[in-house]
Amino acid sequence: MAQNLLEFRGVSKNYADNQVLHDINIEIKAGEIHALIGENGAGKSTLMNILFGMPVIHSTGGFEGEVCICGEPVKIMSPHDAMEMGIGMVHQEFMLIPAFTIAENIKINREIPKENALNSTMSRIFGERMKTLDFKTMNQDARRALDRLEMSLDEFALVAGLPIGYMQFVEIAREIDKTNTRILVLDEPTAVLAESEAESLLSAMRKLAAEGIAIVFISHRLDEIINVCDRVTVLRDGELVVTKDVKDTNVIEIAELMIGRKVSIGKEDNEAREISDDVIFEIKDLHVAMPSERVRGVDLKVRRGEILGIGGLAGQGKLGIANGVMGMYPARGEVLFEGKPLPLNRTKQVLKSGVGFVSEDRKGIGLLLDEPIDDNIAFTEMSIHGNFLNFLGLCDSKAIRENALKMIKDLDIRCTNEKQHTGRLSGGNQQKVCVARALTQKPKLLFVSEPTRGVDIGAKKLILDLLRSLAQDQGMTIIMTSSELAELCSICDSVTIICEGKVIGTLPPDASPVEFGLMMSGICTSALDSENVKEGEVAQ
Amino acid sequence: MIDSRNDFASRTRAFLTNNIVTIIFVIFVVAGYLSSPGISVSGLLSEVISRFFRNGLLVLALIIPVMAGLGLNFGIVVGALAAVLAIIPVRYFGIGGMGGLLLCFAIALPIALLFGWLTGKLYNKTRGQEMIAGIIVGFFAEGLFLIFVLFIIGGVIPVAAGHPMIIPRSVDGVAVPGVGIRAAFDMGAHATHPVAMRDPYHVPGLSSAMDFLWRIDFTVALFVVALGVIAFLVIRRVMAKKNKAIKKSTKLVFGLKCGFWGLIALLALHGMLMPDGMIFWFPGAGFGFQAPASPIAGTGMIPVVTGLVILVFSLLTTYFTKTKLGQDCRSVGQSQHIANASGINVDRTRIIATMISTVLGAWGMIIFLQNMGTVSTYTAHRQIGMFSVAALLVGGATAAKAGVKNAVLGLLLFHAMFVVSPGVGRLIFGNELVAEATRNFMTYGVIGLSLGLHVWKTRKAAERELSLDAFDPPPPTNGNGGASNGEGGDSSIKEMLNAPSNATADTVE
Repeated sequence: MAQNLLEFRGVSKNYADNQVLHDINIEIKAGEIHALIGENGAGKSTLMNILFGMPVIHSTGGFEGEVCICGEPVKIMSPHDAMEMGIGMVHQEFMLIPAFTIAENIKINREIPKENALNSTMSRIFGERMKTLDFKTMNQDARRALDRLEMSLDEFALVAGLPIGYMQFVEIAREIDKTNTRILVLDEPTAVLAESEAESLLSAMRKLAAEGIAIVFISHRLDEIINVCDRVTVLRDGELVVTKDVKDTNVIEIAELMIGRKVSIGKEDNEAREISDDVIFEIKDLHVAMPSERVRGVDLKVRRGEILGIGGLAGQGKLGIANGVMGMYPARGEVLFEGKPLPLNRTKQVLKSGVGFVSEDRKGIGLLLDEPIDDNIAFTEMSIHGNFLNFLGLCDSKAIRENALKMIKDLDIRCTNEKQHTGRLSGGNQQKVCVARALTQKPKLLFVSEPTRGVDIGAKKLILDLLRSLAQDQGMTIIMTSSELAELCSICDSVTIICEGKVIGTLPPDASPVEFGLMMSGICTSALDSENVKEGEVAQ
Repeated sequence: MIDSRNDFASRTRAFLTNNIVTIIFVIFVVAGYLSSPGISVSGLLSEVISRFFRNGLLVLALIIPVMAGLGLNFGIVVGALAAVLAIIPVRYFGIGGMGGLLLCFAIALPIALLFGWLTGKLYNKTRGQEMIAGIIVGFFAEGLFLIFVLFIIGGVIPVAAGHPMIIPRSVDGVAVPGVGIRAAFDMGAHATHPVAMRDPYHVPGLSSAMDFLWRIDFTVALFVVALGVIAFLVIRRVMAKKNKAIKKSTKLVFGLKCGFWGLIALLALHGMLMPDGMIFWFPGAGFGFQAPASPIAGTGMIPVVTGLVILVFSLLTTYFTKTKLGQDCRSVGQSQHIANASGINVDRTRIIATMISTVLGAWGMIIFLQNMGTVSTYTAHRQIGMFSVAALLVGGATAAKAGVKNAVLGLLLFHAMFVVSPGVGRLIFGNELVAEATRNFMTYGVIGLSLGLHVWKTRKAAERELSLDAFDPPPPTNGNGGASNGEGGDSSIKEMLNAPSNATADTVE
């Protein structure tokens, strides 16, 4: 195992001015299972995009440093190059055609032509693609790949009827059926699997590694990493924190390394605010079908006047909660607001009852980009409460303008005038317009999702201060969802962590990074012996 | 997830919704036939069969684009235009007979390939809207085509004065070369035409050049086809038995199919041997019976070569699906994203599918026109797209799934609808003259209904996929996995926390 099969040497990557990877050095040996972990934006996906030569890398000026395979620097300019070099990828979202059989999916675009007289004639006249296919051999190959994974699936069954857990195996079978696959990247392969399925996947991974395939395992489940991996590399904010042998480390350490020490963004008073025990908003067993942000049974209580933060890794369902309550995606469960049940899947009713929403999808559903600021601010209120309309039911442009001017002054929206189109504003000012629109409804409860995404650092603080003052001075209850733990900790009164569509636990904002890190990987620390955790903190 | 509603009622409902178009047409044809006392079985068959051979290849041309996910290729109209463009010079120079027809096929090929390539390019630019683009491209191409046949021919390309195909022009009573092709020109009478037979100097034309090569009686053809199908069924079963891939239920199906085709063969034999019936009398026994006249006798003659051409292209279409290119088409049709990620050149595959379809459309149009005998220069191509699409849909195809079976069944049913429309007009409106309106209503209605149903089903499927139950079935299935998972994690962590935590301290420094 002396030689490194795959090596990243001094890899850096900038997107415009934003450095997303900084001098990454990783070595991966043949037959090794190497875990790659990190929070959102840590650079995992950028690193994998580089490995696969994705167009997004090369259309933005390439990267610095080099990727080496078997010690030789290689140029990977397209996913096809990556495939040629024996790099296989199992994506988080399935790349399977439901109407095809398992064998057809495994052999997609690598079908085996029959060799006979008719075919050689046809290919001479019309080209290689007019050869008929040898389904028998293709099925045999598929069978062999499935056997290597110890799967007893029928290779001629349609993918459409398969349980979702099996689809993952078909994906892996497709990659290992490629004769030259030496490096296999698995991106969150166990996220969709039940426990027993995950267990058999892990044992399949061990088997493949024993055959000499190097596996890069991206997962948020730390216990699985400890279980199956040889080494683990932790990325944080585009930097390589450490690469360690798994036998020298443990879950707690990895969690801590992943989160790091977060510097709070301008938190003035560290004292916990006094908050009444009056529960204004309650969610019971909420399920939301938001693609890639699925919620699987969340219970939540929010006290009046509090800022509740909802955190967690991307794709774990934290964004689904606000979207589900607001009726953006099909939802099931029970939601109580001020003691009265809120109807689910009825956006207008929810807005009417005094719940405001600032969506994470600012440009998609937050703003009408080709409309002026003042109309944007007034639209929701107009259709919810019928304000800003004159006696004929038409827009009262004077009232709309006055309201907009007031909001522009109060929230300090930087614009040429109130008639500027929102598409022309900077990210931070767009976000302020979204908040202004929600505030115009005079909500008692405000959902804010990813308020600082795509906002520059100066505007970030302004928006967070604004949210804080809304809660402190006006007594508004705010549920803020964010991928950035630091900003949650800086303004929230408590932070709830979501993992795999469920609430893992709620922590005070000054809790230790270990606790946040463990919770984000689905490990509930509240069940632990609390003294042990404190000891851990002291030890640091 | 297991579908708990897999009972008889829901299966029946699914069958009805999946085949509603075909069912409507069967009812329409049966009702129309029953209310048309003027139409005999053989009369109906005669009409339907002759239209079947006329339109067969045009409908087959639509199958490959459906497979490649392009939907129904209304753009075969440009193929039809290529066919007319190929026929014009052949007719102009008076080359007739099968040789002339083969020349038409040869000239149409490069033109159709070019048109198909351009159409395919357009389809790649209008992804997701291929069907509308196909309809529009037909209208657009018609404009260019009209400029060509009305102004370029004669205006730019010199033509002979007084040629019968050219719009005549004279100066001071003297014929000079005209400009533009006449609104209609004939394909030239076939050698066996009564007029041609009387004319010793007749030059054979293209009309029925293929149809009249070899004709046999319908009953004979039906007998041969029925025997062929039975032979096919038996061979397939023997092969399947060898591979031991037979399910129990197929035994019954096999028996039923063989029985059905056996009856057809007997019916054909009856028509062949005793078309007018026969009285059997056994004098010794003092016993006898009368066999009735055959209902299918007198259907007419079948163009064998045209039939064989359609058969060959049906087989080629099936063969195509089994090739690498066919498999690529299927992959692209199922998911362009996945096909692309697997390294298939999606755009190129789609263009090839469109080109094949356009060429088949052009050749189909040549067969269509040689059967019709005259070419309406400006309008012949117009209905080709709509009618072919409607015929395919009637056979149970959708914008996402079509096969040779759909084409054959659809051709028969759709043209039976044409024949019985006057009867339905009388039945409903008391007026046979509404037949044209009924035909139009049924033709466009079926396209609208099929496409509407297709969109509805696709949306339903998408909704089902996005719905809560699809990924997160209601309890008790969901709670268990998560809970046990969490516990598993906890215990291992507890152990770890009890262990000395010096490693943690090291790395933070």
